[in-house]
Amino acid sequence: MKGISRRNWISRVGAIAAGVSLLFSVSAFAQGAKPAELKIGITTFTSGPASVFGVPAKAAAEQWIEETNAAGGINGVKITPVFIDEGLGGDKLLTEYRRVVQEQGVKLMLSAISSGNCNIIAPVAEDLKVLNVMWDCGTEKVLEDRRFKYVVRTQANAVTEMVATVVYLLKTKPDFKTIAVVNQDYAWGRDSWEIFRNTLLALKPDVKVVAELFPKFGAPDFSTEISRLQALKPDVILSTSWGGDLDTFVRQAGQRGLFKTSQFVLPLAESSAERLGSALPEGVIIGGRGDHYFLHPEYKNDAKHKAFVEKFRAKTKSYPIYPVYHMVAALQAVSDAHGKAIKANKGQWPTTEQLADAMHGLDFKGLTRPVHIREDGQGLEDQLLGMTKNQPGYAFPVMENMMLIPADLVTTPVGLKSPEWVKTVKPELLKNDRIKVFK
Amino acid sequence: MTLDLLILAAADGFSYAGLLFLVSLGLTLIFGVQGILNVAHGSLYAFGGYTAATLAIWATEKQAPTWVLLAALVAAALLVGVVLGGILEIGLLRRVQDKDPVLQLLVTFAAFLIFEDLQRLIWGVSPYSSTEVVSRMGNLDLFGITYTVYQLLLIPAVALAVYLGLLYALRRTRLGKQIVAVTHNREVATALGINAKKIGLITFIAGAFLGALGGAMAAPTTSLVPGVGTDMIVLSFSVVATAGLGQITGAFITALLIGMARSLAVYTAPELEVAVPYLIMVAVLLVRPNGLFTVAQARRI
Repeated sequence: MKGISRRNWISRVGAIAAGVSLLFSVSAFAQGAKPAELKIGITTFTSGPASVFGVPAKAAAEQWIEETNAAGGINGVKITPVFIDEGLGGDKLLTEYRRVVQEQGVKLMLSAISSGNCNIIAPVAEDLKVLNVMWDCGTEKVLEDRRFKYVVRTQANAVTEMVATVVYLLKTKPDFKTIAVVNQDYAWGRDSWEIFRNTLLALKPDVKVVAELFPKFGAPDFSTEISRLQALKPDVILSTSWGGDLDTFVRQAGQRGLFKTSQFVLPLAESSAERLGSALPEGVIIGGRGDHYFLHPEYKNDAKHKAFVEKFRAKTKSYPIYPVYHMVAALQAVSDAHGKAIKANKGQWPTTEQLADAMHGLDFKGLTRPVHIREDGQGLEDQLLGMTKNQPGYAFPVMENMMLIPADLVTTPVGLKSPEWVKTVKPELLKNDRIKVFK
Repeated sequence: MTLDLLILAAADGFSYAGLLFLVSLGLTLIFGVQGILNVAHGSLYAFGGYTAATLAIWATEKQAPTWVLLAALVAAALLVGVVLGGILEIGLLRRVQDKDPVLQLLVTFAAFLIFEDLQRLIWGVSPYSSTEVVSRMGNLDLFGITYTVYQLLLIPAVALAVYLGLLYALRRTRLGKQIVAVTHNREVATALGINAKKIGLITFIAGAFLGALGGAMAAPTTSLVPGVGTDMIVLSFSVVATAGLGQITGAFITALLIGMARSLAVYTAPELEVAVPYLIMVAVLLVRPNGLFTVAQARRI
């Protein structure tokens, strides 16, 4: 998502005005004493194509913070969010990030959605000694290339997501010979395919890759790609695209009957399903970058989850999609880490350093399955995938034949590098009895 | 390279070229008459698309017949062309007519940014779409490949009709001849009794309509998202620059060239797809810096 930048003057002027007014509020507080308020800086897309993730996530943050504040806040301290638009692009985002940290004295940041932005922010957060929680970005490289003290991730990374997708595909449709990929031409599209391909070839070496297509990010038309795929007739078509790109690709492929000849695998389509409605056919393998789903087989009747989904729907007129769950997970983790750190600090309010320590090794539970944060800061988040199926009561296909894949089975172990590790994945993985299948 | 491949590439290329041509034509027409490179043309494309999708969604809910859905696309383009085009011309461009070209460019860029935010205000940030008309028009098989009638036949047909219609209008009608006269030399045309202001407004609205029509025709096949106008304006600039500013036939041929080259690239060298329009532009401008079809201009003293 790096490189998407739009000038959004209205929100920028608003942010500056808000910043100036906050400058005069209390920003420093005495060590150990409870602060008057806990400011949390949150970067999210409110402009550009990735707003499809950023806007629902922002609504989720507001909903969670409102509820938490109503219940007394984090250990009695009310939360004040400071939102920054990631759509400004890398350089401007960094300026805003520094401004919020250095001028407003924010010590706790949730950043970012874009992998490009996570790569830019992580070393800066380490330098500034602020706790940065990567709450939605997918790149696995950031935590593998360097060990951070102040940077953690409360969700899975691209390796967990892609290896899990390969596992689901091979467990449900083992007999295919050819595969083609149509991914967006930017870091995520390229990197996710690299991981997917290497994992697939490790588990099923006889698969032939017949086409690797990388249309421009934000391409309005995939007609030619679809013609070429119809000529090649691959057994499986993978696309890790999202947002408008994915919507357009699915619609055009549907209009031209491509779904009838190939098995589609769309690991991010959970976030497009409600928009696509009946344009998304049945029998497509979809996922939502983690184990979050409003019809999660283990949590759909869980009181807390159900109440959240209903409230979110009443507020936004949409079912929550995966970034919503990622946002809640990050906020919950931060909240739990405060509890853990205060306990370790004999009841005193923790320093940022103590809080960052508490984040490592933390076990927390957002709205769905619990997540463990490893010593390298990487979260272990289980993966849920399924196949689309129309069901009464929903105007869009929902997942059936769902499968929950434990994160530790499909995540690069601490200290290893993903490009090498995925090549060593063994076919026994597919038979692991901890993979839970829901019929 | 086989004949099959060429035909397949042409089938995809024509549809893409059709949309590109409609938008570029609007841009080049406005430049021809006003001498202004209108960056806000991208917003007209986006507004055309969003308005068309809104009307089409509404018509689909009312179970309107297919021809009504098609008429809705044109109606949306007309609405956007007249309203937004009129506001832009009278409220903005007319006032910077004699100013520095850089200032003109900045003014239209500012308008573009304002329209982008307006568009987010009205339609939000979620992808927006209405594909009903494409499904209703059905499919067509060509060498074992399924195409939609809408993309394979309708879009190229509309583009061709607009091209021929415009050529006819410019050469054979009184209004068209006046437009050509103003394009050629504004002062002389005014001296001959042509109301250059009026011609300017009419051309601008026509150009705006074409930009909006491009968006409206694209709407049933694509997802409208924030920033959809940006991509189109960049691409149509490259068409207009390659063809030569103000060249109608040039824009037609260049759009075809780029459409074909792009789909051939997807078949043979997919990595090059994104770069193709710009490679063509660079190659042409190196040899002919004023564009492929620019004719020698009479020197003005």
